Amino acid sequence: MKKMTSDRTTASNRQRSMTGAEIAVDTLIEEGVDLVFGYPGGQVLDIYEELRKKRRKIKHILTAHEQGAAHAADGYARASGKVGVVIATSGPGAANLVTGIATAYLDSIPMVVITGNVPTGQIGRDSFQELDIADITMPITKHNYIAKDINRLHEILHEAFRIARSGRMGPVLIDIPKDVQRARCKVEYIEPGRTEPIKTHPTDSELAMAADIISNAERPLVYCGGGATNTDAGELVAELARRIDAPIGCSLMGLSCVPRDNPDKLGLTGMHGLAYATEAVRRADVIVAVGTRFTDRATGSYGELVGNAKIVQLDIDPAEIDKNVTDAAYLVGDIRSSLETLVGMLEPRRHADWRAEICRMRELSDAVSHAHEEDEPLNPYSLIDTVARYTAGMRVATDVGQHQMWVAQRYPLNLRRGFITSGGLGTMGFGMGAAIGASLSLGGSPVVLFTGDGSFGMNLNELATAVGYNIPLLIIIFNNRSLGMVKQWQSLLYRHTSASELDRRTDFVKVAEAFGAFGRAVHTVGELKAALSDALGKKKRLPYVIDCAISPDEVVEPIYSGN
Amino acid sequence: MNTDKTVTSQDEKFVLGVLVANQYGVLMRVSSLFARRGFNIDSLTVGETENHEYSRITITATGDAAVREQIIKQLAKLHDVVKIDTMPPESTVIRELMLIKLRATSVTRSEIIDAVNVFRCKVVDFTPDELCIEITGQSSKIDAFIDFVAPYGIIEMCRTGVVAVSRGSGSLIGETSECD
Repeated sequence: MKKMTSDRTTASNRQRSMTGAEIAVDTLIEEGVDLVFGYPGGQVLDIYEELRKKRRKIKHILTAHEQGAAHAADGYARASGKVGVVIATSGPGAANLVTGIATAYLDSIPMVVITGNVPTGQIGRDSFQELDIADITMPITKHNYIAKDINRLHEILHEAFRIARSGRMGPVLIDIPKDVQRARCKVEYIEPGRTEPIKTHPTDSELAMAADIISNAERPLVYCGGGATNTDAGELVAELARRIDAPIGCSLMGLSCVPRDNPDKLGLTGMHGLAYATEAVRRADVIVAVGTRFTDRATGSYGELVGNAKIVQLDIDPAEIDKNVTDAAYLVGDIRSSLETLVGMLEPRRHADWRAEICRMRELSDAVSHAHEEDEPLNPYSLIDTVARYTAGMRVATDVGQHQMWVAQRYPLNLRRGFITSGGLGTMGFGMGAAIGASLSLGGSPVVLFTGDGSFGMNLNELATAVGYNIPLLIIIFNNRSLGMVKQWQSLLYRHTSASELDRRTDFVKVAEAFGAFGRAVHTVGELKAALSDALGKKKRLPYVIDCAISPDEVVEPIYSGN
Repeated sequence: MNTDKTVTSQDEKFVLGVLVANQYGVLMRVSSLFARRGFNIDSLTVGETENHEYSRITITATGDAAVREQIIKQLAKLHDVVKIDTMPPESTVIRELMLIKLRATSVTRSEIIDAVNVFRCKVVDFTPDELCIEITGQSSKIDAFIDFVAPYGIIEMCRTGVVAVSRGSGSLIGETSECD
């Protein structure tokens, strides 16, 4: 959990009379926020006035669309571990955030969302741009507020941050009617300690039971998910795996938790997981699950991909215990401290036969080669391998679809928090905003975004934001002139592709240039290399869109399904 | 796995006492949680408590042990939920109230009033062709009364849903400290 910044005004200053808008912006600064994403409108103009006055302390990034702002705040949080903040006006502004809030909620990403609303006297009268956003976002936030009482605003805002980053993290929304933004009240200084998240720990007997099961395993496997990524528990996961001589399988959200070059790491498991990794999960006799909820995509609708393993589950959220699978033991509490204690209780083990078995499966799968000739048409594998040679040290963001699965399977992810992807909700159009947020959270470091022609088409307007703020994005489009993942399932289940072929004439290079970015269309490995050199050469030319033509017949393999 | 649970174990009715902060939307948060997670809810009542900061929700739901466990854990995650008590029938006073309007003629009226006496309820409205009866008790008693009087003709009826408190000197608010 992040410490609060020391940059705060003194207690005596705190007790003066302030407007709601001042309280809102000052609380952000008190919470250590120095960057917010948003889009202005009638009911948040008071907050924007305060943002302008305090622009030296807090920077505002204006996106092209509220959805982009929400995804940017989300990407910012994923890449940095800090709380992402997004501001939008009432009505359509708030409604446009919904997909972004839901995306963050499903992946447990800490986010604070501030919306304006019509004055309290106008609420309930179907006023212009009035929308009950608190009602709409109830099932996709950890908690939300309508701040009708100016006297509680300061407390509510701090509480929102605490809720967002405590326990299982997630988005919190505060709807502030315009008259509350303009009202005044005396504000008391709130001790920073009050907003520190609460930590919980498993009991000694729970730990002993977990350690006992793990110690008696013959084919143990550590399986990590978003909870391990979001708490930066990668090194502890690796240490646990080393100690008990277990391979590490990853859900999509857990992929960047342990670097690719860790020899224990198998990579992606599940529906579109690597064959040997998914098979290892099925063959394991004990699975130590770290911060993962055994979603249907990772383990089959009813956990079929888990086989008969005993499961030891570590999670901060007690509701995840026995939810999708039945646990043999569980450790509810802070993942890092649970892991630290657990590792200390375990004797080193060796499981030579088990590891050899996995090695054999892995060799078989690695033996499949894919064409990488300079003048051959690109395929998903040659495309990813070629890009990866140029993008070491860059964070990776993706959109959703086939390209996302290929990247998850293939790209050598080596950076902590270096894989920004929409797991739970599977939000096409997530990538542009998220990549912008991820780059800005790291002081404007370059980010490579893998996207598809379908996903990119959804929110390519955010190219305007990337260009406007000089955000160094390398955008790689897997262009198969179709909605590949939809098409893949449609052909499999319905034997037609009626809505998934994209008969479009969009020229993505011209689109990039029209927005003021760079662009190039490529068909072969050689052309891709030339474009990458052009984008990432001595003088970087970013944002840069590389439109990569691949065959519309490429499919994501394997497909494991419960049926 | 989940499938096994639903196949092998028995669904049971159970009562939960839920103490919640008196905040905007709290009833909706609780009820929409049931809808969203596909939990079966039989009755839900809400009202003030001795402390104006809290309201008390009594939920009757049906499910097996795993479902009950999930309901409790998911409820506990709501920020405004302060405390949840699983109220075992043997140590809980459970009551429901019903108003029921029945057709009554000079012939049937005395029979109905006999039933009212046996069930220890009372007549609260009386016209030449109708009787309105107020009955309180466990839901099963109310069900039994309805079964008995149905042949006379039910004009309309209205049940409050279940309220429940534990037996003995304990209370749900007790030394409650707020939890997330």
